[in-house]
Amino acid sequence: MTMDADYLELADVRVVFDGFVAVDGVSMTVLQGDLRFLIGPNGAGKTTLVDAITGLAPATGSVRFGRTELIGKKVHRIARLGVGRTFQTASVFEELTVLQNLDIAAGAGRPALSLLRRRSSVPPAVEEAMDTVGLTSQRDRQAGALAHGQKQWLEIGMLLVQNARVLLLDEPVAGMSAEERVQTGELLRRIGAERTVVVVEHDMDFMRSFATSVTVLHAGKVLSAGTVAQVQADPKVQEVYLGRAEVTG
Amino acid sequence: MTDTSAQISGKNKRSYPSFLGFALGAVALLVVAPAVLSDFRLSLLGRFVCYGIVAVGIGLAWGRGGMLTLGQGVFFGLGGYVMAIHLKLADAGPSGVPDFMRLYGSGRLPIWWEPFRSPVVTLLGVVLIPSLVAFGLGAAIFRRRVRGAYFAILSQALAAAFAILLIGQQTTTGGTNGLNGFRSFFGFNLFDPVNKRMLFFIAAVTLLVMLAIVWQLYRSRYGELLIAVRDQEERIRFLGYDPANIKVVAYVLAAAMAGIAGALFVPIVGIISPASVGVVPSIAFLIGVAIGGRATLFGPALGAIVVAWAQTTLSESFPSFWSYFQGALFVLVIAFLPAGLSSVNLLRNPLRRAGDLTESFPPSPPTRSADAVSLAPPEPGFSEVSAGSEGGG
Repeated sequence: MTMDADYLELADVRVVFDGFVAVDGVSMTVLQGDLRFLIGPNGAGKTTLVDAITGLAPATGSVRFGRTELIGKKVHRIARLGVGRTFQTASVFEELTVLQNLDIAAGAGRPALSLLRRRSSVPPAVEEAMDTVGLTSQRDRQAGALAHGQKQWLEIGMLLVQNARVLLLDEPVAGMSAEERVQTGELLRRIGAERTVVVVEHDMDFMRSFATSVTVLHAGKVLSAGTVAQVQADPKVQEVYLGRAEVTG
Repeated sequence: MTDTSAQISGKNKRSYPSFLGFALGAVALLVVAPAVLSDFRLSLLGRFVCYGIVAVGIGLAWGRGGMLTLGQGVFFGLGGYVMAIHLKLADAGPSGVPDFMRLYGSGRLPIWWEPFRSPVVTLLGVVLIPSLVAFGLGAAIFRRRVRGAYFAILSQALAAAFAILLIGQQTTTGGTNGLNGFRSFFGFNLFDPVNKRMLFFIAAVTLLVMLAIVWQLYRSRYGELLIAVRDQEERIRFLGYDPANIKVVAYVLAAAMAGIAGALFVPIVGIISPASVGVVPSIAFLIGVAIGGRATLFGPALGAIVVAWAQTTLSESFPSFWSYFQGALFVLVIAFLPAGLSSVNLLRNPLRRAGDLTESFPPSPPTRSADAVSLAPPEPGFSEVSAGSEGGG
């Protein structure tokens, strides 16, 4: 593995809330071009792990993005390094238009004084991202008026213009129709080729269709990791998770 | 591109209604008011215009930035006292000492009064002192992620503390009496009606300039960012922004506007005292903004001026009833027009109104997404739901 390649490397990451160990020594490596699914029962620590990587939850251990250690950095610094995430409930700026949402996401590096001017043209990256996530026709619509799936796509578009090289997606297809799930999966494949993508998901069908690798969390620990087939064949996984998740998920 | 960029930047950004508003405001303040109002009424309007300037800043910080600033009296007072100190010193003559200091104190000038003999220092101080105080406070408060009701309480406590501090300094700030009895304003006799009218024009033009500044901010990228911070402060961090910086800018601008308003208030009204800077005036500033429409461009200033005007005229006719009128108006506006009176015309477009108000959108039911690949129009009724969900502001 060369030093310059984009990859995310977690080593012994622990998150403890008031004595409750939410993430208990997780280590994993996600390479560029990988579409890694992070699965596990409720309370397994999936979202908390994403919180730890993005600086939201205080963690110990090591999270390295390329050569940069992320633990201990502030949320907005980590974001500027190229680590982006979405949330379980789409959290776009509802009162702003699709274009404005994307423009803000593209703008963290803008010089302060340039913010005092009005946007004179649509930045090419914004145009491109709108096209990639299929929202070009919606660009002047308020984000709050978008359909649920479109909001998730808008969030993914915001990650693209933000120039995130690590994408952490927290249940991106929750509440989506079958057709939207397929569209989202194909979108993730397209954008994942040159990025490092981690998807937290409950939806096993979606996982089976699109994952290139899977990490199973259980009670804050890595239970199993590998390809979809390997993980599905793992008796530990079948025991604690997949059997039940098929029913509930 | 120019065509679409005007259209894409969305509401409150189309220039035409804003220009119309500016034109109407300028004509009303600079032509109509001086023509029809007596000197006394014009001077009163000048005072209300000062409140309007404070209101523009509150609209920026609260309406757009979500910071419920219950303590703008502090910045209003800082600007006002700086101006008042200069006027007292100017009246006392070079190396003179203001009258009240000889009455109550040692007759020696406190050292921190000295710089304000200079008109230049005074004018800079009017803007910079409130700005720097706001910067220090804002940086400390927002970095610690104090917000919402806690921020409101904190800012109000500051106003209370500031008033108490002033009251305690009888010999240096005039205590409860404040500073008053000014005779001249940068060399112009304050008893001359012509100069009084000139003060009104200065205040009116200042208000228009402040509105123009805020207008530019609202249509800039910063304005969009401020709305984003107001509605999803935590989210914006994940895009690489520190929301504290964004909020501090709006807070400092609001403070500077309040300071300038205070400085204009002093020669127009002829007195600044703890009674005009404490908790009660700080809340009064806010009521006009809420009634006028806190997130709109003209609403805050208009609301502040109209409420103050109504207060004066109604208290002349019904001296003890004003509080009830004010309370009832406040309740009615919050209950039926939570975005303020300026939102009335938006009723024609319920979706836009909903967007104005919504902080927490009702999550879409999962069933809805079944057909959502096609561009589903917004469900009927959801604008009402979300508009009602944010009553208290």
